[in-house]
Amino acid sequence: MSKQKTKRMQKGTLPVYIVLSFASLLSLFPFYWMFVMATRPSAAYNSIPPTLLPGTQLVTNFQKVLDTIPFFTAMWNTILLCTTVTLGVLLISSLAGFAFAKFHFPGKNFLFILILLTMVIPPQLGLIPQYYLISQLGWLDTLLGAGVLFLLNPLGIFLMRQYVSQSVPDELMEAAKLDGCSNFRIYRSIVLPIIKPAFATLGIIVFTLVWGEFLWQFTVLRDPSSYTLQVALASLNNAFRVDFGMLLSGVFWATVPLIIIFLMFNKLFISSITEGSIK
Amino acid sequence: MKIIFIWPSFYKEVEGVENVQKRKQTAAKNVKQKQMSEKKKDMISGYLYVAPFFIIFGIIGLYPAVFSILLAFQKWNGLGEMDFVGMQNFVIVLQDPLFWKSLYNTIIIGLMGTAPQLIVGIILAYFLNMAVIRFTNFFRVTIFMPYITSMVAVALVFGVFFSSNETALANYVLGLFGFDPVSWKTSEWGAKVAISLMVFWRWVGYNTIIYLAGLQSIPKDLYEAATIDGANKIQQFLHITVPLLKPFIILTVFMSTVGALQLFAEPTVFLGSSAFNRDEAMTVVMYLYRDAFNLGSFGTASATAVLLLIIIVGAAAINTWITSGMGRKKKRGV
Repeated sequence: MSKQKTKRMQKGTLPVYIVLSFASLLSLFPFYWMFVMATRPSAAYNSIPPTLLPGTQLVTNFQKVLDTIPFFTAMWNTILLCTTVTLGVLLISSLAGFAFAKFHFPGKNFLFILILLTMVIPPQLGLIPQYYLISQLGWLDTLLGAGVLFLLNPLGIFLMRQYVSQSVPDELMEAAKLDGCSNFRIYRSIVLPIIKPAFATLGIIVFTLVWGEFLWQFTVLRDPSSYTLQVALASLNNAFRVDFGMLLSGVFWATVPLIIIFLMFNKLFISSITEGSIK
Repeated sequence: MKIIFIWPSFYKEVEGVENVQKRKQTAAKNVKQKQMSEKKKDMISGYLYVAPFFIIFGIIGLYPAVFSILLAFQKWNGLGEMDFVGMQNFVIVLQDPLFWKSLYNTIIIGLMGTAPQLIVGIILAYFLNMAVIRFTNFFRVTIFMPYITSMVAVALVFGVFFSSNETALANYVLGLFGFDPVSWKTSEWGAKVAISLMVFWRWVGYNTIIYLAGLQSIPKDLYEAATIDGANKIQQFLHITVPLLKPFIILTVFMSTVGALQLFAEPTVFLGSSAFNRDEAMTVVMYLYRDAFNLGSFGTASATAVLLLIIIVGAAAINTWITSGMGRKKKRGV
């Protein structure tokens, strides 16, 4: 009904369009400008008025990035880290969420409340002992050390518990049990297929979280060969005189993959925010 | 839908093997024994399935948190013996002007970076939710896009935008309005404004999406009824939209408060090599990091961590309480 109304621009909506367009423009401009700077020599930065059109140095600038930081190693490290952590969190959370939703065991409520409490503790509280622990284990400068912390995702358990209790009917489980299914078989053959949509949501949340996290990766990864993208990019800015063209070239190429993934799955990204925070 | 997909194939399996009714009868015979063992099995499965989380949590979550609190009362450089020093670490930190400066910076940047988001986010969400507006999906995607970039990327791009050069793009824009150039990375307010703006830019779309979900949960007939009663758009916004959006506002205020007090990546990356040598934009977490990893004083750093925990819990509680009290005097249904 109301869809038909939207076909034509209604009068009085112009200010709304102006505000929304302005907001979109401000949101997109840094992306565009990053691209412009990535194609310009550093000197272009000093020109007045500022350059707002792409130049010809795209390859040259990126070559400088490759000479300064192990860009592709860092990219590979990041992808490896994000993928493993995401799969780990999905496994841990779905198992625990399934248990919290469907099994009765003494102490269940206490344990669940404990998980919710861990969501409130700032990650910086344990930073020093965690660093000490990782160094004692010899995991400094390894992806294992960088990743293990992110396996703790209380939100994941919360989401999975919610999803399993809403979408896996008890009758289905009972029927499966009568047929002699073990609990693990139920998890594998019944629960997993049903909760696939929740995997997509949680997967995106965890992947972007680990991709962008800085403090822990910066603390644990000191050796350039173990750098993830974020640590490598940050190190670009440490020189006394920074080559802006090179710097933004690095940022640009590190951001492009994420933009492509986002544009492909933008609905999923946006719904993951509302599901991840509101439920 | 998903359930319907599962059912038929599952039934086939059950009925293919044996008659369901028959099975139920045999099951009923030793129902007591079976129930007992089933219950036990479920219990074991329950513990087994939550175990991975709690084992990892114990080692890398709980143990460090407790250790950190103990460490706050020790003198330790990470290598030698620990010395119990009582409250001395807290005294040192609380008497350090730099700690108070960093707390002040964190609060100012937090307020400037997050409070405007609340207002702008609600307005944008309200516009995106208007039935007469077209291209909402395009606007939604573009406004949300900054969120997918990492904090480091944002800090670097804004670092060039707000570089201390007189020719920085930000200074050029200021110049258009007749203002003098600002040295963004080395001045008291320049650094704070630049960092607040990058926090704002990255998160405003995120909050807009949450408010939008909230707006979509408000039933349309409430607005229709209000229109019939003669309420104009602004009255509707203030008396229907804002009160019903309150749970979502509380959520974003809570998350913004906690997030703002943990600020680290943006100022650290923005200031680059001088990040820990200057105090214009040093945050509490940076102060903590500097104590631990640049100065090797794990005890005072842990004391700062404990203080930060108290500050975060306190601030989150106060802000949530204020937000929940917002507009309480107005009576409303539900």
